[in-house]
Amino acid sequence: MENQQTIVINGNRFNFTTGDTILEVALQNNIKIPTLCHLKGATPTGTCRVCVVEIAGQSELMTACDTRAAENMTVLTESTRVVESRRQTLHAMLSKGNHNCAVRAAHEESWTAYQLKVHQEDNSPELCPAWGDCRLQDLAYHYQVSGGGYTNVNALYPMEMANPFIIRDFSRCILCGRCVKACNEIQVNLAINFGYQGDAAKIIAKDDKPLKDSDCVFCGECMQVCPVGALVPKDARFDRPWEDEKVRSTCSYCGVGCQLDFHVKDNRIVKISGAEDAPPNYGSLCVKGRFGFNFVSSPDRLTTPLIKENGKFREATWDEALDLTAKRFSEIKEKHGADTIGVLTSARISNEDNYAAMKFTRAVLKTNNIDHCARL
Amino acid sequence: MTNTIGDIEDADVILVTGSNTTENHPVLSSHVKRAVKFKKAKMIVVDPRQIKLTGFADHWLRPNLGTDVAWINGLMHVIIAENLYDKTFVESRTTDFEAMKAVVQKFTPDYVEGITGIPARQMIDAARLYAGAKAGAILYCMGITQHTTGTDNVKSLANLAMLCGNLGVSGGGVNPLRGQNNVQGACDMGGLPNVYTGYQKVTDEAVRKKMEDAWGVTGLSDKIGLTVTKMVPMAHEGEIKAMYIIGENPLVSDPDLNHAEKSFSHLDFLVVQDIFMTETAQLADVILPSVCFAEKDGTFSNTERRVQRVRKAVDGPGAAWDDWRITCEIAKRMGYDMAYKNAGEIFEEIRRVTPSYAGISYTRIDSIGLHWPCPTEDHPGTPILHTSQFTHGKGVFHAIEFIPPAEHTDDEYPLYLTTGRVLYHYHTGTMTRRTDGLNELAPESFVEIAAQDAEKFGIPDESLINVASRRGTITVRVKISDMAVAGTVFIPFHYAEAAANKLTNAALDPVSNIPEYKVCAVKLSKVA
Ligand code: SF4
Ligand code: SF4
Ligand code: SF4
Ligand code: FES
Repeated sequence: MENQQTIVINGNRFNFTTGDTILEVALQNNIKIPTLCHLKGATPTGTCRVCVVEIAGQSELMTACDTRAAENMTVLTESTRVVESRRQTLHAMLSKGNHNCAVRAAHEESWTAYQLKVHQEDNSPELCPAWGDCRLQDLAYHYQVSGGGYTNVNALYPMEMANPFIIRDFSRCILCGRCVKACNEIQVNLAINFGYQGDAAKIIAKDDKPLKDSDCVFCGECMQVCPVGALVPKDARFDRPWEDEKVRSTCSYCGVGCQLDFHVKDNRIVKISGAEDAPPNYGSLCVKGRFGFNFVSSPDRLTTPLIKENGKFREATWDEALDLTAKRFSEIKEKHGADTIGVLTSARISNEDNYAAMKFTRAVLKTNNIDHCARL
Repeated sequence: MTNTIGDIEDADVILVTGSNTTENHPVLSSHVKRAVKFKKAKMIVVDPRQIKLTGFADHWLRPNLGTDVAWINGLMHVIIAENLYDKTFVESRTTDFEAMKAVVQKFTPDYVEGITGIPARQMIDAARLYAGAKAGAILYCMGITQHTTGTDNVKSLANLAMLCGNLGVSGGGVNPLRGQNNVQGACDMGGLPNVYTGYQKVTDEAVRKKMEDAWGVTGLSDKIGLTVTKMVPMAHEGEIKAMYIIGENPLVSDPDLNHAEKSFSHLDFLVVQDIFMTETAQLADVILPSVCFAEKDGTFSNTERRVQRVRKAVDGPGAAWDDWRITCEIAKRMGYDMAYKNAGEIFEEIRRVTPSYAGISYTRIDSIGLHWPCPTEDHPGTPILHTSQFTHGKGVFHAIEFIPPAEHTDDEYPLYLTTGRVLYHYHTGTMTRRTDGLNELAPESFVEIAAQDAEKFGIPDESLINVASRRGTITVRVKISDMAVAGTVFIPFHYAEAAANKLTNAALDPVSNIPEYKVCAVKLSKVA
């Protein structure tokens, strides 16, 4: 057996396996190293540099997400140099984009007047929809950094609203590349990539087309992984995540059975996100699973039993409808025999619902005429 | 699926056929694409349309519609002729190899090319690639099953997998992708005419006795019941008098729709239980409103046999009830006391009468689902089937002859039609077409046609056109696309107002009773 390799992080010695990055070893041992661009399951980009750490004997700070652990390496994750570097990085990011959350003091108006203005104008670029749900903001608070007063709200690239699901707000994009990794390496839809150089850098779809005219299939993976407010769901743009209750469930469209979280507020589904910790999808969803939930609260839903009389439906009570159904089934069974009744159960309803239908057909109607439409 | 979804990434070779995976099982397709792009897998796609996955494939074979048995036999012919098959597996785990071998004898690459249109050279390359894999996974969907020879197609794929010893290994398997979310569960729960839960046969006396004891009843029927594709015509003939339809819209999904509508109106009594006023519900005598998946507790079983929790997030609308509760209330009024406090109590009963589910409980699947069979509480579940033996001892090779599809083109109906789904909609569209964004991206039905055909019949792109078969006519918009092959057009079946199933053929597979949605003959004409 080969000797167990060890690494020292913040004065403590830990085992590691060849190939592990410093970030992975730290995570396994509950040491927090902040990250922005790192995306689990994808190759590292190493673009954001907030994960830098100090390694004994090295003059440069190294990015923990793409530096491999080595035998006897000695690492400091929150040294003065590290913290100072992270603060500078964060300051630069905040200064470059429309991150008004952390530079609130730069506004002359009072907070109330500011809010009122934002409320008036839904499309306003002023209040970031990710406020309170933003990795950059969290880190800015943690390291007590503010931006350099970003004044030019007329961003280089206008906000893209021209599709039904995803808003792209380039003024808040920190070019971390998580969306690019998610699209190319997780979903493998190959729709977006880095485009242009230097200050003009932008995440582009195809040769810089709106998403709806590109290869994008609106799986929303990019939106789920965006750490800031640059990619947000159109419908739930001003959802306040801490007010939502999260309920874990299973997607009801195809047989993959993706695990998802409903975000529920006041008895309404506000949004759906992929469950990152569970198979088979580990956070991924497709357009139907992520966005196709409007039908739940559709005004077309059936809300009361209906009985047809003289060719027209009328509203009925449960007792009326159930009594009539039971009576007619009993009569027909009595008169023509159980095998003249057929039941179609469904590939859409739960196992428990199917079991009840199956038991009813066999134990009560006493026929085996039961099927579902999977063949169709 | 014999294997799991995650397992696909361990495959050396992936053969995808009759599955437009990126549209119908998008998240699963990501596993396939990752396996090919970032892992070691090579991919063979066999599909008449130039589906998106062909862009990731090493080999794309394009067969004529309805010729699946021929190319699968063709692959096996090459593999046997070149001695590339897994002799140990064939000898120790299977029977009837010789009979199969005798049939595939004549399916030489040239003979197969004549039937399928797949060039002999491509057949041979694909056969060598699949046979050379340490682990070869086969993925298939409705493009394989929805034919008059659907059962033969499925058996042929099983033959191919057994021949190369690709069953019971990680990264291998024969994997049907279930279209609707809980097809697996509906089958597991005995929503089939011949079995109770867990595929226990209604013709087996011991099983019947067990169910009678569990349910406290006597006289359970030992006669195999009718499939939906038989019930509909029998309703037409007046032999089925009443139907109870739960959460299905057969009036849009049935093959030969015109006939289905007449059949349902011949019923003495029709009850429809659903979340929307569907086309089928319109014909009902009584409509019972139920809650949808976001409003109920329970479980679904996904395509990899993983039993997963469904949880109530919001209240149902108005007076809508859980489906099981409605059914129980009807039972009670017919003199049988079926009462449960909640879905969890039903699940406990399912476990008691179903050996393959016995070890699964809501507690165990609270955060991550389990794959059945899972016979006991301490059993870890079964991600991969057939690892050491098949459920019924040895795997049986089936000798399968090629039978051409039931309907052919002729002078009057010169084009083949095949049907399927698009990414943005689901089944008959009752749910997805009520989400504005999805409608915006895929607003209306269309007929996908190759440029050569469009030119030949003088049809401009994006014009409206009538598509007619021997059974009906619909009007749809023309979409000239390089996904289509000359001579074959494609129409999605989600749209009730231009229901593709008005055109399709109700000819059934003799064993599975699955209709031939994937092949029929049509003609195009200008809208008057
Ligand atoms: S929605 Fe999906 S396909 Fe579109 S850009 Fe984002 S990750 Fe790519
Ligand atoms: S859109 Fe979001 S995820 Fe993509 S690069 Fe910008 S900040 Fe990063
Ligand atoms: S999110 Fe998409 S891929 Fe996943 S189960 Fe739902 S429909 Fe299927
Ligand atoms: S997380 Fe390491 S460079 Fe961004």
